[in-house]
Amino acid sequence: MKRPSLGAILLGLIPFVATCFSVSLWDRVYPMVFGLPFNFFWLIAWLLLGPLCMWGAYRLEEPRARDAGREEEGRRQ
Amino acid sequence: MSPSIVALAIISAIVAVGSFVGFLARFHHTMDLEQWTVGGRGFGLVLVWLLTAGEIYTTFTFLGASGWAYSRGAPVLYILGYMPLMYVVSFYILPPIWEAGRRHRLQTQADFFQVRYGSTLLAALVALVGVVCLIPYLQIQITGLGIIVEIASYGAIHRTPAMFIAFAIVAAFVFVSGVRGVAWASIVKDVLLLFAAVFVGFAVPHLYFGGIGPMFAALARERPAHLVMPGATKDLGHAWYISSVMLTSLGCYMWPQFFAAGFTAKSGRILRRNAVLMPLYGLTMPLMFIVGYCAVLVLPGLSNGDLSLLTLVRKSFPAWFLGMVGGAGALTAMVAAAIQLLTGAMLYAKNLFRPIFAPRMTEPQVETLARIMVLVLTLGAVLSSVYSSLSLVSLLLVGYAGVAQIFPGVVLGLFSRRVTTAGVFAGLAAGLALAAFLMLRGQDPYRGLNAGFIALCLNFAVTGVVSLLTPVRVAGFDEAAPSLAASQSSNGTGLN
Repeated sequence: MKRPSLGAILLGLIPFVATCFSVSLWDRVYPMVFGLPFNFFWLIAWLLLGPLCMWGAYRLEEPRARDAGREEEGRRQ
Repeated sequence: MSPSIVALAIISAIVAVGSFVGFLARFHHTMDLEQWTVGGRGFGLVLVWLLTAGEIYTTFTFLGASGWAYSRGAPVLYILGYMPLMYVVSFYILPPIWEAGRRHRLQTQADFFQVRYGSTLLAALVALVGVVCLIPYLQIQITGLGIIVEIASYGAIHRTPAMFIAFAIVAAFVFVSGVRGVAWASIVKDVLLLFAAVFVGFAVPHLYFGGIGPMFAALARERPAHLVMPGATKDLGHAWYISSVMLTSLGCYMWPQFFAAGFTAKSGRILRRNAVLMPLYGLTMPLMFIVGYCAVLVLPGLSNGDLSLLTLVRKSFPAWFLGMVGGAGALTAMVAAAIQLLTGAMLYAKNLFRPIFAPRMTEPQVETLARIMVLVLTLGAVLSSVYSSLSLVSLLLVGYAGVAQIFPGVVLGLFSRRVTTAGVFAGLAAGLALAAFLMLRGQDPYRGLNAGFIALCLNFAVTGVVSLLTPVRVAGFDEAAPSLAASQSSNGTGLN
């Protein structure tokens, strides 16, 4: 199978860094944002920001997938 | 009328409507083996979305997440952490899985291993892992149904008989409807669940504290330690968070039923689009945590955290509303259980029993065996829920420790030409052995790390080393010549 592009992989790494590896930086109660403890707010924010990163990856990957599909059609004919 | 009768009557009505929708869906389509399992590969965007959502938003979200927020505190945030990440992972692996499925007419996760690695034994081991790990997952649904009936009857009906009744309904539901029926029932439950979660999540803090902000302010004043990791626990700190989030986000699509959902899509493009959009559906999830956090102050001292959401609903609202919430929860448990049962039974019959014990079985015989397995698995899960006392979230983590061990074989199978059958086999065996060893000795977490994650690391290492030392038999899906379609049509089943 074709591997995803480097750009798409880097975009996918952003949510991993933000919500997983960096936990000790944001696991705190204060400052509260919109009345929510900071860690809670941070993770909810990434429910919105994660899809944004992946939308970028989608824009990168979709043309490549279409090209791959066309190539395969060509081979079949 | 007593409140328990009102609540139970409404729950029964919701369950009946949901099942009826499922039954109806069946009459629009005749079902053969392939339809029964993968819905004919013709689902569009909306239906795939609902099907995936129906599978992912389970009793675990509803009762388990609030239960851990109540009993453990901040470690429950690992659920919010892994949710967007599991879709990130699916973005990269589901489209190629779908592509392989289309080319080789794959129906189950074990089929994937059979074709990619050319080994019936490896496929059977993967099927075995899938079926065994489904039992704790099924157990979550059964325990959840039991809790719902117990609380809605105000303790009059005990959990054990309730679980037996509920699962007779689920098994019947599975027999007559199949995937399409489940998809329609899941639409009913999605609407109800969303309504219930949003209303309860906002109304409960408003009722007792005047809003979500004041509730957190009160909690930060009275129980500040509850709001940061490790919360009310000793050993669920940051290392545990990172290792659990990694284990669950990598392992999520290794559940055989989610993996197979990749086959039901119309195109790889739909799967990519879903991967981008799905976390937005999860925006209702934090409300469940909020309910659990509220219960810390409103209902201190509950013996079982998983009871907190429904107990709080019962305390705060009239009986008919408890019935609505309980009904949504019951339907959710039924839908999830039905999908798990269908997948588990199919895996057992098709990838474990037939290739190992009865290679000559015909397609209709496999189907009959799958139906028998639905009953066996249901009963197995009911019995183990009667005897186990793990919390809903802990049950899921046990399942994950096992099922995530399938990940290296999948991801390397898709993207590496150097990985070998022996390597994957050795890695899987080593990972499973270490996970089982640590868990059975009660060493999870081990030195602050999730035991399943440690096992996954060993699994990757062993897979890599053994692959380097052994010759490649099949280098990728392009070379996987004897496809399943060929072997099946030679049985004269006419799947084409």
